[in-house]
Amino acid sequence: MAITTAQSPFRTDPLTGLRIDLTAATLVKTNAVLAVVFLLVGGIAGLLVALTRWPAVHLLPADLFYMALTVHGIVALMVWIIFFEIAVLYFVGSTLLNCRLAAPKMAWTQVVLMVVGAATTFVAILQGDSSVMMTSYVPMNAAPHFYLGLILFAVGALIGCGVFWGTLVIAAEEKTYEGSLPLTVYGCMIATVIAIFTIASGAIILIPTFLWSLGLIKSVDPMMYRVIWWAFGHSSQQINVTAHITIWYTVAALAFGAKPMSEKVSRTAFLLYILFLQLGSVHHLLSDPGLSSAWKIFNTSYMMYLAVLASLIHGLTVPGAIEVAQRRNGLNNGLFEWLRKCPWGNPVFSCTILSIIGFGFIGGITGGGVGGEQIKMIIHNTVYVPGHFHGTVVSGTTLAFMGLTYYLIPVLFQREVIMPGLAKIQPYLFAIGTAVFAIALMGAGTLGVPRRHWDITFAGQALGFEFPGMAQMMMAVGEMGGVLMVLGGAAFCVIVVGSILVGKPVPANAKNIVPPPADAGGHKEIGMGGFEAPGTFVLAMVLFVTLVLYYFINFKYLATLWTLA
Amino acid sequence: MGYSFTPPAKNWATEPIERTEILWITIAGLWCLFMFGWMIAWHWIGNQNMANEAYKTTPEIYGKKVEDFTAKYTVRQDASDPSLPVVAPPPGSDVYLAASRWQWRPVVEFQKGKTYRVHISSLDWDHGFSLQPENINFQAYPGYEQVVTMTPNKSGTFSIVCNEYCGIGHHMMLGRIYVKE
Repeated sequence: MAITTAQSPFRTDPLTGLRIDLTAATLVKTNAVLAVVFLLVGGIAGLLVALTRWPAVHLLPADLFYMALTVHGIVALMVWIIFFEIAVLYFVGSTLLNCRLAAPKMAWTQVVLMVVGAATTFVAILQGDSSVMMTSYVPMNAAPHFYLGLILFAVGALIGCGVFWGTLVIAAEEKTYEGSLPLTVYGCMIATVIAIFTIASGAIILIPTFLWSLGLIKSVDPMMYRVIWWAFGHSSQQINVTAHITIWYTVAALAFGAKPMSEKVSRTAFLLYILFLQLGSVHHLLSDPGLSSAWKIFNTSYMMYLAVLASLIHGLTVPGAIEVAQRRNGLNNGLFEWLRKCPWGNPVFSCTILSIIGFGFIGGITGGGVGGEQIKMIIHNTVYVPGHFHGTVVSGTTLAFMGLTYYLIPVLFQREVIMPGLAKIQPYLFAIGTAVFAIALMGAGTLGVPRRHWDITFAGQALGFEFPGMAQMMMAVGEMGGVLMVLGGAAFCVIVVGSILVGKPVPANAKNIVPPPADAGGHKEIGMGGFEAPGTFVLAMVLFVTLVLYYFINFKYLATLWTLA
Repeated sequence: MGYSFTPPAKNWATEPIERTEILWITIAGLWCLFMFGWMIAWHWIGNQNMANEAYKTTPEIYGKKVEDFTAKYTVRQDASDPSLPVVAPPPGSDVYLAASRWQWRPVVEFQKGKTYRVHISSLDWDHGFSLQPENINFQAYPGYEQVVTMTPNKSGTFSIVCNEYCGIGHHMMLGRIYVKE
């Protein structure tokens, strides 16, 4: 990779005092705008899916439904998220390390490859013979360019990771920072390690599948495909988890002057992700033939749940860091004064805290249950699964990304956010829509409603089956939540695009908005009973009790079934 | 002194950990160990486990097994769909179910409280075995034959819904299991 020695011009951002490499800024902006455009496309496809699975509406015919669902999965789950992650990598790698971005030409190659790749797959799907869902399990086959587009997209993403690592090397060589990497850069580095593993897995399985679709290879084994595809499909969600948790830490610092309660704990938790998070791809294979229970238990538990432990740690330390910062700044009364006096009307904060709550209480608690070897038998391929992962990927990842975007509009695009009233309620609209969707679908899934299914009434089928009325109702309620989620997402897209196009420019002499570090001066004696973050601890215990109860409820339900051995 | 996005203090690796974190890590860690142990324990204390007995096969070989099985134990044609044979295998025997676009075949009839070795496989693409309203779900691939030992504890009419997307007729794909008292 060519590393140029010419210094790029920098500007110092008045709002944050950060020194921003202009080349990096352009690339961050390009990737972020593309991400939002794809979010819009994915959201429209999602709306069509929601309006079809809402039993009383049942909008699309079957073929278009399966096509829209394939588009929604690929665009919303991969394209939007990975474009945004590349933007985050470039921003964090260069700006937070006070460094120029390595190899801008390679970065532009990344942009082009990812756009061309996404567009190629998108066209393949719209042509109609590639409605194979995001997962495209062989021997069901799509058109060759469906796979080719995904491969190009993945290569682009891999180059993006390379540019990030190149930037880390430059920053270390040019000594643009002192000591260890900042936690947020370290978190991104962890995310790229996971990303490289993920993308390699994708290549290992999609390249032979592409060759098979061209007739150059006779067959691809269906079991091998699922095992390796999920090392890509599930791990890409692990990149998201790592990225959005990094964003939580970043926003806590930018909005409250917070630093981690303990660098050591937070860094160790990130390290556990590298070591064990990938094993979780086995969650998708627990109802599959041919895999032993020992192998399933080891992997599905991320080696004794050590990666779950890491997430539980971050779930405490991020709000804990906010609590400590607030208490040091004087909000030290009672258990929850620090929380009550948070800036709930500021979308940067509200997106982040809603992401923490949604990821923990909806995605996290249910994930702890459904990752159980035996519990999988009562939820595998039901709508419980999309219910669960909208709790992680939408209320966790997408909301966190939205929060950071609100921050970056004035800092990078140098525009004020337009329609502040709408921006104030947008995170709540989106979070409530997602919560309703996720919880209702998990309810319907518990009653057996299948995922990726056009007609759960089985109209006209001789062997027809009728789901309980409760299941039908939950699908209706869930998809209403889905529509609300889309409205919240659309509001976000309008605000972002509008702000970039017509937002008031941020004046060059604007006041710095980053609060001073909370541990500089401030109150020394904080907290209660020797605990610096007692409020967060109480909230964490509420999560814990819910998690434990929910876990046993699942097993109680399981125990009523036919005996299986 | 600093932020999450500035380099940490030089002594970050030796700084003491605050009490809130230590307590939480202990509680969370113990629960993680419990969940791990519970999954293993359920293989002894629970009645719902996958045996993970499986064989390599081919659609041709498996299709033949299903045909032979059907021919041997057919007792009548199904009342809802007269084109489908209803197969009543003796308790304890091997039962062969085949998924193909877009049907689960054959319809079988079990007796409540009796045990059957149910083989599941696909003759073409990936399919889902989703027993409703019981809500028991397995994955079926072509080329792999999974065996699940089932003992129905309820009687009635159960449907097999395909819950793995398998093309344009996916939502029409069903099968049926009757369980007699």
